[in-house]
Amino acid sequence: MSATTTWGELDPTPPSFWRILRLETWTELVKLWRLPMYTLPTLTFPLMFYIIFGVVISPPTGGSVTMATYLIATYGVFGVMGASLFGLGVGLATERGQGWMVFKRATPMPPMVHILARSLVAMLFGAIVVAELFIVGMLFGGVEMSAATIVSLSAILIVSSLPFTAIGLALGYLCKPNSAPAVINMLYLPLSVASGLWIPIQVFPEWLQSVATFLPPFHAAQLALDRVGVEPLVDPLVSVAVLVVTTVAFVGITIVAYRRDDGATWG
Amino acid sequence: MNDTLRATAPVAVLHGAEKRYSDVTALAGIDLAVRPGEVVALLGPNGAGKTTAVSLLLGLLRPSAGRAELFGRDPQSRLARQRTGAMLQIASVPETLTVREHLTLISSYYPRPRPIAETLELAGLNGLEKRLYGKLSGGQKRRLLFALAICGRPEVLFLDEPSVGLDVEARRKMWASVEAMADDGCTVFLTTHHLEEADVLASRVVVLHRGHIVAEGSSDEVKSLVGSKRVRCLTRCEPADVRTWPGVVDVVVDAGHLVITCESSEDVTRRLLAADPGLSGLEVSAAGLEEAMLQLTNDDNLEEAA
Repeated sequence: MSATTTWGELDPTPPSFWRILRLETWTELVKLWRLPMYTLPTLTFPLMFYIIFGVVISPPTGGSVTMATYLIATYGVFGVMGASLFGLGVGLATERGQGWMVFKRATPMPPMVHILARSLVAMLFGAIVVAELFIVGMLFGGVEMSAATIVSLSAILIVSSLPFTAIGLALGYLCKPNSAPAVINMLYLPLSVASGLWIPIQVFPEWLQSVATFLPPFHAAQLALDRVGVEPLVDPLVSVAVLVVTTVAFVGITIVAYRRDDGATWG
Repeated sequence: MNDTLRATAPVAVLHGAEKRYSDVTALAGIDLAVRPGEVVALLGPNGAGKTTAVSLLLGLLRPSAGRAELFGRDPQSRLARQRTGAMLQIASVPETLTVREHLTLISSYYPRPRPIAETLELAGLNGLEKRLYGKLSGGQKRRLLFALAICGRPEVLFLDEPSVGLDVEARRKMWASVEAMADDGCTVFLTTHHLEEADVLASRVVVLHRGHIVAEGSSDEVKSLVGSKRVRCLTRCEPADVRTWPGVVDVVVDAGHLVITCESSEDVTRRLLAADPGLSGLEVSAAGLEEAMLQLTNDDNLEEAA
């Protein structure tokens, strides 16, 4: 008669945050893995383009590195960007539309743990794309890199997914569920081309090159190219600053949109 | 003394809770307390404000005025939510996870979750734990939502229209599951627009209409209030006369027919036949909840009382 009535009592064994994060991340990974609509484009498009332009055609770059090496850096950015934008943006918008996010808020889930888990999983998918590029480039593209370069380039690529994670989160909370895939495609492809991720930016007219300096993927690519010995077009510190500001700004937008979203669902 | 107080302390409370949107008042300052062990049904037609009331109690919406409490706390507090389970009207859950994967994750948020096998048993999902959500039937999907609500061994269970869209068989199974939870001592707060559902499950029924509580009581009391009958027939009896008969709530003329809303169809039919032996086309039906609501809210006595 008395056990159920002590409202104020602290629970003796609150569930561990780390255990929940682990489970949440694993569940998120399994969920996305079974979704070909996500895995196919995310894991194969960057590799496909890399094989066509970097391995099969592979024109000279006019610099000291081969096209196969150059494009590992830029398609690496293309890959981590796609994994983050689609995994977070489309995934969140869809589940918000289903009302699933509202249900999760009614549970005692630690706040933001699902967002953290999603970001980690998107980062993992980005890392898989990067690994694919290294393997194909070294086996079939004649790419030669020291272990130190491989490590530092991988690190740069994976860390540079952070601004795209933040953009993906913001879009996930701002887009309506049905429009999220369209909006993100409309951003992803033009941004990638204009930032010189598909083909080196030097082939573009000057005005387009100057537009690129405003785009986060361009700066991520410059930092990555710096790792493989391509002289960056802008000071790396400027690139780092742009990426940090982008991340902070979009995390801010996400927080505002998340609060505004409280209670709102479609469908 | 302190123990007695605690024993009666409500699990969930709305105090003058109001929810306004720019041009609509979804909930117009209602007072409601759900005590431990109660099964309370919030009954009302679509648009009455039922989901809004549940959302306030779960901290999914904030009241425009007044307040909502769960276990004496802010409903958004994690301590309150650790004792709470909810089945909401949601369109879908991620389809590429299995029943077991969904249950394992949601259970992990709670300090003392039920063993998964027990949850499966209670929700009637035995043998389906390896099936992806997307491959479940409509009834099974609803049962998974129920399972997700009870997997954390909650002390209070919120069910927003638990049987909407279910066939008769699935509805009965859902009712049995809710009854099992209540028998286990779980406090239950459910919304429904079926009088029958409230009657079967609830120890107390609160009737909500257009954001106002219009009636409250045991299910028998509410049934007698909103469970009115409709008698329709072709007769020479004058509507004005019939309106004065005892137990008659309302009389309208529809396509030459007299439509009488009343408490007892038997009494009225007997009197009609006595007054007009030539009466024809007699039909008796249960008035819908919407009509019953109109009747309740149009009733002068109620308005005076309120």
